[in-house]
Amino acid sequence: MPKLVVKSLRCARGGRVLIPELSFTLGAGEGLLVQGPNGAGKTTLLRAIAGLFQPEAGTARLEGGDDEKSLAEQCCFIGHLNGVKPSFTASENLRFIAAYFEIDDDGAVDNALAAFGLEAIAHVPSAYLSAGQKRRLGLCRLLLMRRPLWLLDEPSVSLDLASQAVLSGVIRRHMTAGGMAIVSTHMPIDIGTTRVIDLGGQSDAAHGVWQ
Amino acid sequence: MKPFLALIARDVRLGLREGGALGAALGFYVIVVAILPLGLGPDMNLLARIAPGVLWVALLLSALLSLERIFHADYEDGTLEMLATGPLPLEMAALAKSLAHWICTAIPLIIISPVLGLLFNLDPAAFGPLMLSMAAGTPAVSFLGAVGAALTCGLRRGGLLLAVLLLPLYVPVLIFGVASVNAAMGLGGSFTAPFSILCAFTLVTAVIGPLAAAAAIRSALN
Repeated sequence: MPKLVVKSLRCARGGRVLIPELSFTLGAGEGLLVQGPNGAGKTTLLRAIAGLFQPEAGTARLEGGDDEKSLAEQCCFIGHLNGVKPSFTASENLRFIAAYFEIDDDGAVDNALAAFGLEAIAHVPSAYLSAGQKRRLGLCRLLLMRRPLWLLDEPSVSLDLASQAVLSGVIRRHMTAGGMAIVSTHMPIDIGTTRVIDLGGQSDAAHGVWQ
Repeated sequence: MKPFLALIARDVRLGLREGGALGAALGFYVIVVAILPLGLGPDMNLLARIAPGVLWVALLLSALLSLERIFHADYEDGTLEMLATGPLPLEMAALAKSLAHWICTAIPLIIISPVLGLLFNLDPAAFGPLMLSMAAGTPAVSFLGAVGAALTCGLRRGGLLLAVLLLPLYVPVLIFGVASVNAAMGLGGSFTAPFSILCAFTLVTAVIGPLAAAAAIRSALN
């Protein structure tokens, strides 16, 4: 089973050190909540693990995963943006993702739509969806991409209570199946027994550590 | 190969469905070429002589209008982050997106070129070489354009900067494109020499463009 190992990760943005040093391991089936005030570096941490952000020092690796693939190719990062094309319908958006990530299973798109309760609006152009519906459509790719590590940056933004419950159910099922999830959030989200990293306490970034 | 084709197919469908960029590029091309004879006067020999140059310059300017769309929308809505964690290296994704841009912008512009050539009294015998030289040269416009589009994708109004960055790089395409059409019209020189250089330039940009565009996207996402 794969295990995420983050070693002495140091991240800075614009000359400001957000994360002086951070090491942790996350085993299969484990979840991690990243907390902290605005600007504490929650997004930066997730982007650094996903390979989208170049950390100043340190490494993040998936041990026991597919050695031929980088960590970026084994994680699913969903940030503040949904990656939804307004002129495509919900199902067209997901069908592209399935084709791009080489998911050959015919039912995968329908299952992902059903999991987030979007079957009824599968053929509506995404431009007409509400913010919460677009968010749910964006989250559908968690289920489509089938990657062991989920990196979710404020996933419950603009979701109603029922959808938040659906999302935490989806994350819990992923963890039960041996997946890992790192979720950054201010809002309480119930994803079972999880560890917590509080970046506010750790880096003192709320007050700013300037180089 | 499947993700590569899926990305091209998606971009072409988006380009055709949203339509704005293609419409603007085609409209601009037609209007620029149509008003020039009004300014230059009815000297048929002059018009025929400058037709290849006018068509090529207008084509480059029209293509510029649509280049911004190669990456900007995907950057804004987060698709680029998703593509960056995908099975394709970003270089291949940039190549796919450049090819999609070529398919939905350059091909319509090339097809309409002979019609606009008529406005300039262009010899019908030159229609073939004109379209051939454009088909050989416009991929370079898309490959280099992808670099400019990637460099400016984080900017709000990158369009003008894009023109300043890219037009100097398009000079070889323009020179050898026009030279090959002129040669085919019997205005001196051989067709094959400039045409071969045009093809070589396109092949070089096919390698350099996606590499540079991917590096620019990485830094834009960072």
